[in-house]
Amino acid sequence: MAGGGFRLRPCRSLGTHMAPYLLKRLISLVLSLLAASVVIFLVLQIVPGDPASYMLGMNAQPETVEALRQQMGLNEPVVWRYLTWVAGLAHGDFGVSYTYKVPTGELIAQRLWVSLPLALYALILSTAIALPIGIISAAKRNSAADYGIMGVTQLGIAVPNFWFAMLLVLLFSITLRWFSAGGFPGWNAGFFVALKALTLPAIALALPQASILARVMRSALLDTLSEDYIRTARAKGLTRGQTLVRHAVRNAMIPVLTIIGLQFSFLLAGAIIIENVFYLPGLGRLVFQGITQRDLIVVQSVVMLLVFAVILITFLVDIAYALVDPRLRSRA
Amino acid sequence: MNNMLKLVTTAAILVASSALTPAFAANTAITVGMVLEPPNLDPTSGAAAAIREVTYANIFQGLTRFDANGAIIPDLAKSWDISADGLTYTFHLATGVKFHDGSPFSADDVKFSLDRARAPDSTNAQKGLFADIASVDVVDPATVKVTLKKPNGSFLFNMAWGDAVILSPKSIATEATKPVGTGPFKFVNWVKGDHVELGKFDGYWGTPAKLDKVTFKFISDPSAAFAAMMAGDVDAFPLFPAAETLEQFKADPRFTVIAGNTEGETLLAMNNGKKPFDNIKVREAVAHAINRKEIIDGAMFGYGTPIGTHFAPHNPDYVDLTAQSNYDPEKSKALLKEAGYPDGFTVSLKLPPPPYARRGGEIIASQLAKVGIKTEITNVEWAQWLEQVFKGKDYDLTIVSHTEPMDIDIYGRDNYYFNYKSDVFKKIMADLSGTTDPAKRSELLKAAQKRIADDYVNAFLFELPRLGVANAKIMGLWKNQPTPSNDMSEVYWKD
Repeated sequence: MAGGGFRLRPCRSLGTHMAPYLLKRLISLVLSLLAASVVIFLVLQIVPGDPASYMLGMNAQPETVEALRQQMGLNEPVVWRYLTWVAGLAHGDFGVSYTYKVPTGELIAQRLWVSLPLALYALILSTAIALPIGIISAAKRNSAADYGIMGVTQLGIAVPNFWFAMLLVLLFSITLRWFSAGGFPGWNAGFFVALKALTLPAIALALPQASILARVMRSALLDTLSEDYIRTARAKGLTRGQTLVRHAVRNAMIPVLTIIGLQFSFLLAGAIIIENVFYLPGLGRLVFQGITQRDLIVVQSVVMLLVFAVILITFLVDIAYALVDPRLRSRA
Repeated sequence: MNNMLKLVTTAAILVASSALTPAFAANTAITVGMVLEPPNLDPTSGAAAAIREVTYANIFQGLTRFDANGAIIPDLAKSWDISADGLTYTFHLATGVKFHDGSPFSADDVKFSLDRARAPDSTNAQKGLFADIASVDVVDPATVKVTLKKPNGSFLFNMAWGDAVILSPKSIATEATKPVGTGPFKFVNWVKGDHVELGKFDGYWGTPAKLDKVTFKFISDPSAAFAAMMAGDVDAFPLFPAAETLEQFKADPRFTVIAGNTEGETLLAMNNGKKPFDNIKVREAVAHAINRKEIIDGAMFGYGTPIGTHFAPHNPDYVDLTAQSNYDPEKSKALLKEAGYPDGFTVSLKLPPPPYARRGGEIIASQLAKVGIKTEITNVEWAQWLEQVFKGKDYDLTIVSHTEPMDIDIYGRDNYYFNYKSDVFKKIMADLSGTTDPAKRSELLKAAQKRIADDYVNAFLFELPRLGVANAKIMGLWKNQPTPSNDMSEVYWKD
């Protein structure tokens, strides 16, 4: 059993050190969420415009608008509406959309099936492109390859993704007709059909992100490559490649992970322009539509969910740091 | 990393190869583009035009309906008798009609739908259409009698609106998400944010539709709409948002450009209840400062008919009064001087989102500046516009298109945002609603148009055009838009 005990020991020490760190992070997560819910709710109360008037338009009679407000629960006191909303959220009940008249949770779930795979698809593409070229660039510093990669990534950062998206549509949809210009058939239409519909948007989203990530990877790697332990590792007889993979890349991962975490949040919440260019039914467009139609319940719930996602991703990235770098754990 | 790369490459190859297989285009299906997605699909509880653009004449039918040119024709009511005093309408209903949920249609459903629309807790956006109904009585399953409180010359017209359609009581709870009507198409599926799909209804009582499947696809971005048409993802876009690209479609033999008219009178509305627009001379000055042609060319790419009053130019009762408010900046300046504003003044101009308002607003601002009227432009969203301008009447000038058909009666409404008060006009409206004789009605309508033009209530700009693009092989699409609709019942593909 001695062997088993030996194998368990690192885990236990990881657990005991991680616990207070995790607790602290969890408390801050819950507090951030509460604060966000209050801010989101209040901001939407101040925004001018009445959902019932919007739905009924210019010819509606005042009594009709009043009847609809009553039906929507808009005549309840503000505090009561806030509490009902938060209590609902705690149970996973997002309320019923004013305009679509279906549960908001259902709407969000449908949109997540577009936004989440799109964000993941873009993130996988971006990481798959960025990490190798970042590593090559750093390993062959000041070579023609390095200059080439740096030049292209500079361009990738400078070009706005919606413009790049329009170029993609022009080439692959209008001229070559390989892809639809946009839209999403739904996953029921088949995995590859749906994946195909997400391909151009994912590329458009991924390239600028990949450019940033490749440059971060390169500079992080260059920093670690100049550290003493790298020289020590080389002195011990490791080859350049072995040093790079075993020591340098691993240590360069912290800034890279931070950026990947931020990028995922961005891709999830910030794809709205790309969603518009490709008319994809994603979360961003749901929020946008909700705002114009004053479908406040949808707006506040989706924004809350996005806040939750960003906070959760930050939380997970924090944990990932702690796993990669044990010093962060003890500091907590 | 290597495995991931392999996976991504494989996926990319698969995707690319599936992309290369040309899609088989069935010629009984059509994809129609729309700018806005309907919030829900119940036309009896919501004003959004998009609801009617999907459901009118496709899913739902009323007692009467609009035809492609705006005439009122029989629908579920095959014919009707009007009593001599104009108070009782006896509708003879079509027989053998079935709802999409299988339940048979009868006079009970008519009573149910009309009573629901005029109930105290009704959320019908056009509840006013039913205001004159005193009672609805079922005579027998195929006959229904509607009694009015007072004679109403527009009653048959009112019953043709999308808001007055007949619903199935059995499916009323899910009307907003799974609409059930008696029309040639039934609701199939709605992928929220992307498309609504309709299918041919085999149990339809009238002439069956020629198409098997109609998909309404929602594309709000103008350049995306252009790309979708060009790529063939969308077959027709009846209200095309990228007017600036119409020339390109005109030059391309694959497409036809359909330019028709709507019922939208586009106005530069003035707050008649507020200084300086409470002075008729100032309003007249504004009217003469406006160059309609420049606005139509600049903001509408040349499409749109100038109007001189609040009435659709294609209506037989229309009077062309544009000369009365012709472009004459010198006269405008003189009028301002007479009104006591020799140096002009500064007012606010609130612009809602549609391009006619935003683009037109810039042009109007520069035209007004030439006679000394300076404007502060504020762009507002629709919800803000409804709150501030329409409800709050907190504005000086605004640009908006009034898209309801035959809505000149708004000038007789108390508390309407124009703040226009005229007992003469109200009297004309009261006489009109009590008159059923066509010749007398026509006379009154002309008098009403003349009255508001004489009072320079607003600066009347142009009738909003209906600009669409379609695949050249599609036949049977409507050119004009007498009511928000995309009637697909007679649409087909030419071989």
